[in-house]
Formats: sequence, C-alpha cells, structure tokens
Amino acid sequence: MTQQNHGNAHKFGMVIDLDKCTGCGSCMVACMSENNVPFKEDESNKKDSITWMRVYKLTNGKSFPDTDVCYLPRPCMHCGGKGDHGHSPCVSVCPATATDYDYGTGIVSQIYTRCFGCRYCMGACPYHARFFNWWDPKWPEGMEEYLSPDVSPRMRGVVEKCSFCFHRYQAAKDKAYLEERDTVAEEEYQTACTQACPSGAITFGDLNNPDHAVHQLVNPDPHHCGRPRNPKAFRLLERLETNPKVYYISEREWVRKAGDNYLDGEWEKAKMKKTKGHE
Amino acid sequence: MSELEEKTENGSTDSLEMGVSEEQKAEGDSGIGAGVLFFIAAFAVCFLSGWLLFPNLLYSKKEQPFNFNHALHVEEMGGCDSCHYFREDGSFAGVPKLAQCVDCHAEVMGDTEDEAVFVAEYVEKEKEVPWLIYSEQPDCVFFSHSAHVVGAQMDCVSCHGHIGESTTMKPYEENRITGYSRDIWGKNIWGFKKNSWDRMKMDDCAECHEKETGSKGACFQCHK
Ligand code: HEC
Ligand code: HEC
Ligand code: HEC
Ligand code: HEC
Ligand code: HEC
Repeated sequence: MTQQNHGNAHKFGMVIDLDKCTGCGSCMVACMSENNVPFKEDESNKKDSITWMRVYKLTNGKSFPDTDVCYLPRPCMHCGGKGDHGHSPCVSVCPATATDYDYGTGIVSQIYTRCFGCRYCMGACPYHARFFNWWDPKWPEGMEEYLSPDVSPRMRGVVEKCSFCFHRYQAAKDKAYLEERDTVAEEEYQTACTQACPSGAITFGDLNNPDHAVHQLVNPDPHHCGRPRNPKAFRLLERLETNPKVYYISEREWVRKAGDNYLDGEWEKAKMKKTKGHE
Repeated sequence: MSELEEKTENGSTDSLEMGVSEEQKAEGDSGIGAGVLFFIAAFAVCFLSGWLLFPNLLYSKKEQPFNFNHALHVEEMGGCDSCHYFREDGSFAGVPKLAQCVDCHAEVMGDTEDEAVFVAEYVEKEKEVPWLIYSEQPDCVFFSHSAHVVGAQMDCVSCHGHIGESTTMKPYEENRITGYSRDIWGKNIWGFKKNSWDRMKMDDCAECHEKETGSKGACFQCHK
C-alpha cells in the first residue's frame, strides 16, 4: 500500500447530477458538521461565513411559463491544473506550500498550521471554493465536545476549504491495514455530502478506476486530462484548463451552457467541437 | 636650515611624539583586548544560558497522576494488546480506559501507595485517569498505528523506547509555548539522535518514510 507522492494511482473525483439536486442543502449541513466548519452569528454575511460546500441557484432567465431553476452544489474542484500536472491555480501561487497537490490521490491538501493567511490562493481560485477565517471559531457552550477529532479545527488567520473528507480516506486505510488488504473499496471512502444527499445526486469515487461509478458516469478522456466523454457531462470553466475533478451532469442544455461564460455564438461552436470529439 | 636638518634637530621631539603615539596604540590594543574578552565572556554567558538554561525554562515538568508499573502488568497480562489493542475499524485504542482496569482493581490488592491513590481517587469515583501522553502529536497530525504495527510490522520500542518494560514512569515535560510534549522535538538541543525513539518530529517521520517507502509522502498523509 505504498501509493504515495508518485505515480498516479488514484484520482478521486465527484459527479453531481444537477437534474436530481433539489437544492435542499443537506450536503452543506453534513459538510459543516463533518468538518468542524465554524458558523457565524450572522450566517447571511457572506463575507464572513464559511461554506466548503455551497449550493448556488441558477435560473435560465426566462419568464413564466418557460422559467427553469437549477441548483448547483460547489465543493472544492481539486483542480489538476493545466495538463493535469498538479499545478492547480491555488497550489501554484501558495508561497508556503500550505496547499499542495497529492499525486497519489489527486487531492489538493490544505495544512492550516502552515498557512499564514496571505490569501493568494483565494484570489487564484476561479471557483470561490476557499474561505478565510477572519475570527477564531466561537462554538456555542458545550459544542466543542461534539467536534470531530478526525479533522483539526482552524484558527484565525488561515484559509480553509473542502478536503474531499480526506480523513475518511485515512480511516478507511487504517482499517485496510488492519485487515491486511492493500486496497480501499469504493464504498469505504465516501464524502459526507455524498452520503447525506437524499436524492442521490452526488457520486464519489476514483476516476481512474473503470469499476467505480464516477468513471462510468462521465467516462473521462485520459488523453484530454479527464475531459468528460459523456456529452451530458461538463466541468465548470472547462476552458480555463484547470481540469477540475468535480463533474456535473444535466440533460438540460442551458444548464450545461451555464458551466462557462460563452460569447454570442461560442456555445454553438463549443457544442460542435464537443460532438465532433466524440465521433 | 634645510628640511632634513630641521628633522634631525627635532629628532628627539619626533621620537617623543612617536613614543606617545605608541603608548596610545598600546592602550588601544588593551582596549580591544578587553573588548574581545568581554565579547567572549558575554557570548559564553548567552550561549550557555541559551543552550543549557533556556531549554529548562522552556519546558515545565509535570508528574503523572500516579506511577504505573508496566513490567508488572505486562507479566500479569502476558502482552501489550490486552490494554493497547486495535479496534475493529482499524483505529488504535491507545492508553486504556478505566473499564480495562476495574476487573482487577475493584479493591486494593497490594500495599503500594500508587495503587491506593488509583483505587481511591479514580476507581471508586469512576473517574478516568488523566494520563499525560508522552508521544502526543499536535492536533493537525494524523498518525496510524495499524500502518506501522500491522502494515510495516514495526515494534513499539522503535518509536516509544522501553516504556513497555519500565517499572516507573518518567516525568512528563511540556513545552510552555506550544503545550506539546518534549518527546516530539527531543531532548538533545544539538539535534543529535542516538535512538530512533529520541524524538518524533515531522522530519523523523519523513526520514523513515523516504528510506522505507521511497517517498516523504504528501502533506495529507500525516495531516488532517
Ligand atoms: C495493564 C494494561 C497495560 C498493559 C498490559 C500495557 N500497557 Fe502500556 N500503558 C498502560 C497505561 C495505563 C498507560 C498510561 C500511563 C503511561 O503513560 O505509562 C500506558 C502507556 C504506554 C505507553 C506510553 C504512551 C505515551 O506516549 O504516553 C507506551 C509506549 C506503552 N504503554 C507501551 C506498552 C507496551 C509496549 C506494552 C507491552 C509490552 C504495554 N504498554 C502493555 C497500560 C498497559
Ligand atoms: C490482570 C489484572 C490487572 C489489570 C487488568 C490491571 N492491574 Fe494493576 N495491578 C495488578 C496487580 C496484580 C498489581 C500488583 C498489586 C500488588 O501486589 O502491589 C497491580 C498494581 C497496580 C498499581 C500499583 C503498582 C504500580 O506501581 O503500578 C497500579 C497503580 C495499577 N496496578 C494500576 C492499574 C491500571 C491503571 C490499570 C488499567 C489500565 C490496571 N492496573 C490494570 C493487576 C492488574
Ligand atoms: C512508527 C512509530 C510508532 C510505533 C511503531 C508505535 N507507536 Fe505508539 N505512537 C506513535 C505516535 C507518533 C503516537 C502519537 C499519536 C498521536 O498523538 O496522534 C503514538 C501514541 C501511542 C499511545 C498513546 C495514544 C493515545 O493518545 O492514547 C500509546 C498507548 C501507544 N502509542 C502505544 C504503542 C504500542 C503499544 C505500540 C506497539 C504495538 C506502538 N505504540 C507502536 C508512534 C508509534
Ligand atoms: C521507523 C520508520 C517510520 C517512522 C519513524 C514513521 N513511519 Fe509512518 N510508515 C512507515 C512505513 C514503512 C509505512 C508504510 C507501511 C506500509 O505501507 O505497509 C508507513 C506508513 C505511514 C502512514 C500510512 C501511509 C499510507 O499511505 O496510508 C502514515 C499516515 C504514517 N506512516 C504516518 C507517520 C507519522 C505521522 C510518523 C511520525 C510521527 C511516522 N509515520 C513515522 C515507517 C515509519
Ligand atoms: C511523514 C508525515 C508528515 C508529512 C508527509 C508531513 N508532515 Fe507536517 N508534521 C508531521 C508531524 C509528525 C508534525 C508534528 C511534529 C513537528 O512539529 O515536527 C508535523 C508538523 C507540521 C507543522 C507544525 C504544526 C504545529 O502545530 O506545530 C506544519 C506547519 C506542517 N507539519 C506542515 C506540513 C506540510 C505543509 C506538509 C506537506 C508539504 C507536511 N507537513 C507533511 C508529519 C508530517
């Protein structure tokens, strides 16, 4: 089980079916309690609140009866960066190696004790997936006892973000070691949001493993840094070449189009290219 | 008078002047000498207090609640895993809870003061013993006993030293600034390591990982 910082053994990723998402917010709640995410007195102050997983509301901009709504959950994309070489936007700007790319899992780590709060990574992240702790967390009386010991709490002055519940992978590996197995099964490592979603919109697993549901859902193209070969699947801001590991699926064209900013006529061309690429 | 003659005539004065300036120089020399001496003395004082005194100031000694005799108990129970065992989910139970002691210690068996304290203060009051953990890592560190003990077949001594065979417990030393145990950064201020268990800081983990697994590992391997 020595799959460490070399080779490309795993590439953990997530597929979110936007047609199934009802926008209930269970994933956000599950994420916060799983990861000891501090909440604020005024959670509506979005400059201060921290949401590793955040559900956005999209509309097609049309009026009744053609109006349509879509909810889009946004965790950290764990970008592979250009060419999928691990130069994620945030990793490449961090002056302290506080955030780093793990080539063994494809996960972008954040080590809070190393971070000194310059927030370059927040500026670099095109997905607004990173948050700054302006204050030390304040837990209501007695709640500190309920925090998870598997996730270290953060302090004032550091940046935090979704870790794909990496501590669950650590726990799964612990068990595998004890049972003298050298693999972790798909169901042994699942993120909190995946398991909390009541409509089963979120799927999580190893994109490099053809047996895993995430691989089968999007059919990532290894020659194009994992671009989805499923025509209904897309990644956010694909053209930036950040190569995210979070994929979205929707039958609705306007939703897929909303995944990037297209000028007039560009979407038609992009669609053509996409379908051509699949022939 | 030519310049030369003038110089010869004033030769004596010249030499007198020279004498004065040499004296001045000599005074300056001894001044530098005293300065160097002072510097060395001050350096030695600072150096010694920095290297000998400061570590003692930096760490405060704390006593464990009472002494625990490993050798006696290991003989009694025949191994480590009756107290330090793995749970089914792969996690390590660590230091035993009170429930693992009460079968034997419901009442005082011997006549040691440690046992009397243990039974009176903890067993009878059903209070967990607040052991101080020598090897406790900072909050942000993830460590896996199963990876090392089961996966890599390492023995406890290579990381913990001979605690398992000891009859008395050493005092616990706490870093006053960070609150961490002294066993993390080690005792030797020069950074020399005689035994593999002398300290267990990030570099020590990474050094062995590089040797044994060929890679220092990614941050998230050991952090959480
Ligand atoms: C009767 C139960 C019992 C048995 C058997 C036992 N231990 Fe312990 N062990 C304890 C208790 C209680 C402590 C906490 C007190 C202390 O730190 O000494 C402890 C602490 C330790 C620690 C120190 C952890 C730390 O960092 O503070 C080590 C190392 C350890 N045991 C190793 C062993 C080994 C090796 C064996 C087998 C040879 C063993 N123990 C057998 C009860 C036991
Ligand atoms: C298998 C039974 C057994 C278990 C389980 C056990 N002990 Fe003991 N313990 C003994 C015996 C026997 C003695 C020796 C009593 C004597 O004659 O002094 C002893 C002595 C002691 C003493 C006094 C001697 C010394 O310095 O260690 C302490 C303190 C103690 N035990 C603590 C503990 C704690 C804490 C636990 C739980 C982690 C524990 N014991 C679990 C059997 C046990
Ligand atoms: C690779 C080095 C290594 C080996 C081998 C090892 N340990 Fe540890 N042990 C550690 C470290 C590091 C910690 C501190 C873990 C932490 O704080 O997260 C620790 C913690 C402990 C603790 C205290 C845990 C707690 O918080 O209650 C006990 C007890 C212990 N070890 C016993 C053992 C025993 C018994 C063995 C042999 C079966 C063993 N260890 C083998 C490195 C090791
Ligand atoms: C004396 C050698 C040694 C020391 C010291 C050591 N390790 Fe390890 N560690 C290993 C070996 C060997 C493995 C690989 C086990 C395997 O894969 O079978 C390993 C594996 C691990 C793993 C699991 C890696 C994975 O891919 O799942 C973690 C986590 C870990 N070590 C953390 C630590 C930490 C934290 C420390 C320091 C407190 C430490 N280790 C100290 C030898 C060591
Ligand atoms: C092999 C295991 C291992 C790896 C890999 C590792 N660390 Fe550590 N790290 C530790 C241990 C153990 C400590 C605590 C002991 C110490 O202070 O050295 C620690 C401490 C730290 C601390 C100080 C925390 C504190 O509270 O004092 C920082 C910051 C840190 N690590 C950052 C990183 C970063 C960034 C990476 C990736 C580039 C990384 N670590 C990779 C094991 C590891």
